[in-house]
Amino acid sequence: MSLSRREFLKSSAAASAAAAMGMAVPAELEAKATEAEHGWRWDKAACRFCGTGCGIMMATKDGKIVAVKGDPAAPVNRGLNCIKGYFNAKIMYGADRLTQPLLRVDNQGNFDKKGSFAPVSWERAFDEMEFHIRKALKHAGPESVGIFASGQYTIMEGYAAQKMMKAGFRSNAIDPNARHCMASAVVGFYQTFGIDEPSGCYDDIELTDTVISWGSNMAEMHPILWSRVTDRKLTDPKKVKIISIQTYTHRTSDLADTEIIFTPNTDLAMWNYVAREIVMRDAKENIIDWDFIKKHIVFAVGPVNLGYGLRRASDKSLNPRRADGSAGKYDAKEMETIDKEMSKVVSQTEGPALEPYGYKAGDTMKNSGGTLGHWEISFAEYKKSLEPYTLDYVAKICKGNPDESLESFKAKLQELADLYIEKDRKVVSFWTMGMNQHTRGSWDNTLAYNVHFMLNKQARPGSGAFSLTGQPSACGTAREVGTFTHRLPADLMVKVPAHRKIAEKKWMIPHGTLNGVGKQHIMQIHRDIEDGLIKFAWVNVCNAYQDSASASHWIKAAREMDNFIVTSDGYPGISAKVSDLILPSAMIYEKWGGYGNAERRTQLWRQQVLPVGDAMSDTWQWVELSKRFTVDDLWGAYAPSGPRKTALPDVRKAAYAMGYSGDTTMYEILFANKIAKSYKLDQADPIQKGYDNSEGYGDSRNVVGSDGKVFKGYGFFIHKYLFEEYAAFGRGRGHDLAPFDMYHKVRGLKWPVVNGKETPWRFNVNFDPYAAKAAKGTDNEFAFYGKIAKSLKQGDLTHVTDKKKKPLPNKAKIFARPYMDPPEKPDAEYDTWLATGRVLEHWHSGTMTMRVPELYRAVPEALCYMHPEDAKKKGLQQGKLAWVESRRGRVKARVETRGRNRPPRGLVFVPWFDERIFINKVCLDATCPMSKQTDYKKCAVKIYKV
Amino acid sequence: MSKREPISDRRKFIFNMARGVGIATLGGFVWSAYIDEAKASQLLLRPPGAIKEDDFLKTCIKCGMCVEACPFDTLLLAKPGDHKPLGTPYFTPRDVPCHMCTDIPCVPVCPTGALDQKSVETENKLDINSAEMGLAVIDKDSCIAFWGIQCDACYRACPLLGKAITIEYAKNERTGKHAFLKPVVHSDPCTGCGMCEHACVTQKAAIQVFPREVAMGKAGDYYIKGWDKKDDKRVKDAKAIKTRTEISKKSAIDTLNDSGDLY
Repeated sequence: MSLSRREFLKSSAAASAAAAMGMAVPAELEAKATEAEHGWRWDKAACRFCGTGCGIMMATKDGKIVAVKGDPAAPVNRGLNCIKGYFNAKIMYGADRLTQPLLRVDNQGNFDKKGSFAPVSWERAFDEMEFHIRKALKHAGPESVGIFASGQYTIMEGYAAQKMMKAGFRSNAIDPNARHCMASAVVGFYQTFGIDEPSGCYDDIELTDTVISWGSNMAEMHPILWSRVTDRKLTDPKKVKIISIQTYTHRTSDLADTEIIFTPNTDLAMWNYVAREIVMRDAKENIIDWDFIKKHIVFAVGPVNLGYGLRRASDKSLNPRRADGSAGKYDAKEMETIDKEMSKVVSQTEGPALEPYGYKAGDTMKNSGGTLGHWEISFAEYKKSLEPYTLDYVAKICKGNPDESLESFKAKLQELADLYIEKDRKVVSFWTMGMNQHTRGSWDNTLAYNVHFMLNKQARPGSGAFSLTGQPSACGTAREVGTFTHRLPADLMVKVPAHRKIAEKKWMIPHGTLNGVGKQHIMQIHRDIEDGLIKFAWVNVCNAYQDSASASHWIKAAREMDNFIVTSDGYPGISAKVSDLILPSAMIYEKWGGYGNAERRTQLWRQQVLPVGDAMSDTWQWVELSKRFTVDDLWGAYAPSGPRKTALPDVRKAAYAMGYSGDTTMYEILFANKIAKSYKLDQADPIQKGYDNSEGYGDSRNVVGSDGKVFKGYGFFIHKYLFEEYAAFGRGRGHDLAPFDMYHKVRGLKWPVVNGKETPWRFNVNFDPYAAKAAKGTDNEFAFYGKIAKSLKQGDLTHVTDKKKKPLPNKAKIFARPYMDPPEKPDAEYDTWLATGRVLEHWHSGTMTMRVPELYRAVPEALCYMHPEDAKKKGLQQGKLAWVESRRGRVKARVETRGRNRPPRGLVFVPWFDERIFINKVCLDATCPMSKQTDYKKCAVKIYKV
Repeated sequence: MSKREPISDRRKFIFNMARGVGIATLGGFVWSAYIDEAKASQLLLRPPGAIKEDDFLKTCIKCGMCVEACPFDTLLLAKPGDHKPLGTPYFTPRDVPCHMCTDIPCVPVCPTGALDQKSVETENKLDINSAEMGLAVIDKDSCIAFWGIQCDACYRACPLLGKAITIEYAKNERTGKHAFLKPVVHSDPCTGCGMCEHACVTQKAAIQVFPREVAMGKAGDYYIKGWDKKDDKRVKDAKAIKTRTEISKKSAIDTLNDSGDLY
């Protein structure tokens, strides 16, 4: 086809204008534009990296992605990207991309745990997986098969994995790395609102007067959002205030009017201080919106003796306890911290905060191991819980910079409270890992809502407490699809029989198939491998052996015990190195997919290119695995195992009654059923036209598949099927997604999408049709319509006094939550706080970004950021190596006393992206006992010269 | 320029001497200075239309025709002791900048194509605005406009004012009543004439012109400005390239089988 210059300009301008408006372009014109632009094809996608969810456009040529641009039509980023997004075109083409399955073998080619990796066929790979899964099922039932899942799964992958695990294997031992990222935020949402995910959206940034960043380095971790915050500040620098509340100075403080450096964990006390100011000053100043409180809020509390999510004394690997203090697989040093899980002595620091709850300094607190339970209390009781947080007490325990005066710190706290309280001042509180990765992370999250609720500054344009997510689909896949041990899609829970029933019906599986015990969260999966309960584990779209704290334990268990570890990945990271079998995975733009970002925006993309080598998508890997197991294989009875104290019933008879036979495969039931096949492959469909679909058709690589034959495709549009079946769970339940095709025409939509319209602010009757419906017949402005934990017993701060549950429809909760110490604090030997986290240039464990030469050159290694005086005192030199050692292990890192992160004396920051500076060997696997999210932000280390 | 001015006597003398030495150099004279000069030449500003420095050094026969043609005495021929490739034409904008004559007298006279007329033409007409002699670079710390001094000397001197140099306005929070007017150079329209450097009022110019090869970065062709339709052209030859870093230098299987102590 030849086009005149004018025709070219006309068609490409029309295409871009149409794209900017989210319109579909007539196919003929689109084809012309595509061909005109240098033989490229442009198509939209979402950025691979963080939870911001920037829209990008990808140029493909000759079957490879050659360039990207920010999508000017994308509302989140308007054509801009950060420098990770800038390199999306390069992430799939690292020289050492995994291109074929690799198995550890001996000289004869038999599987050998101590053998070296050698290439094997896909058929052999699935033979080994099948063999070891059967072995595991025999060993300890479904609880013996575990999956390290991901907040970076596409929606379809996560759904396929979830379905095969829970419906097929009847195992709930699937949990994502998103557990490490926002589980505390989720508990916060459930406990406060009864439904997951934020009320607000990113437009809050342009509409607010105040941005308060609590434990979040947005400038590096959400750069595009930060540029929006910066713009807001520049637009009205006098009115707009930015407060940066952190444990060390970093880039986010650069823009801030005020920076508050606090001692790790004491953010709990600062939130309570602000709440106390609101409550105590109310009588004089009329601060609290009592009308709002009376209509929409109840007060609540739960037990405080929850422990720290560490291993419990009864755990197999903690036995036997020895006279030298060591226990099982843990040495005496490690046990110094782990022992606090069972009981602890209340410290002088936390004593005053715990007094309203019946504890005082010096008391021994017996810890329960955690509960989500809570009960309703009166406002008077809540007020009592706030009494200890006087300015003097809070300033004394919170001030994190020893070189700052107490007076200066107090002034900042007062300023913080005043900004929240100021009438008509809009306030957004943003937080990320600082508040989530916290041994009281769930509490911390609920404390944020307390302040916003009392001021009626929540779920309003420009005001609200807003939890940002780290991963690109922590919301869209992990949370919304529910790839957690305890969840099913759309806020359904495995432990609720009625919810299981809904899923069983949708999945066309017998009643009673689903396992009601979901307790194998991601740290528990590691611990269950170490305890010998889990014998088969599969790492999907994450790097579970680099990203988990106390890493040496989990690696040792994987390498030295009798089990079988599989990793699906694009590159040979630490998880691959630790594994027995490695599967080469199709990467992000080599498959049809979808992500959901932190403002509830769902975005889908098409397969842009064929995968490299013999790599295949994780969806394909799950579906191929499902072909290996039948009704008779999986749906018999299982004796109690691990956390499950009752037997799982035999549901085979019920399955036969549904028309399945003993040898019907899970593939036929879960993935290639009648409904699935109704989603046709169709090159006349404008969504599919001209695009590869490696799962649907197979592709020109002629990959030899799991049966030893060339894979020719499933013959139906499996991604659309998986998406639509998943979406059906949420429609009509406050979680409505638009149809699959719609997402290929627009730049994402914020759910719930009702009558084709997205929802910018939830729970607010002016914006959320669900709230409008719930509030019908009243003049209420809000309805907190979430359904979880919406009837409560009554009591005071320490006890339940009335066991009768009172319903609280459309109400949200304000929780009394005290300040408590973390389990490990600096002492004479380990005298320094260690926090880990990310840097802008690298994504998570660096498997992708460390392979982009420009990003590698920009930040080639993880550094130990510390205060120059600490370095001097310890005889360390800028740029020289030092040991960073905790009770669990040590790493060597270069000392950096300058630059982007400037900790106060007594704290160091070492990022975790660099597998050669394996900081998770040093970190502690303490978690919030409610959310089970690891606290990566604090443990005690000593630092000394190499 | 309607009329060429005669070359001054003094200039003629220097010019002839430089030309003579240039020819002598061709015969193999003063080689010892060559290395220094080659290095120095990377920082030399050449007449409009000069081809790439390596090729320029091979193609220029040091005849001095361009220098002779220059009506402003901008162009000079490098003479012994200048530590520049002898006999080749250059200019020093702080002394005499290029006045961007619209008829570009220096270029058509070049007998060898070292000054390439095509490169200073737009639609077959001479167009000095398309010249790429260099690029102006600002040192913000010594630029007094960034202190809040109302200067703009460079902006006002710029023959392409409003295009090659624009002014960025920012509030002066210290006074609360004034604004910063900060000059910003744009590389595409900037020709490197050096009028700005010449005009700059600081002791040593805070805005200086360097050869474009020296002063400019290159964004790479894997990312396109999504908001700029024309930017597609910049990267029309983009290809997917296999990347390699320290971490991916070995094959995947070697990395996996040689992963050492992980715990």
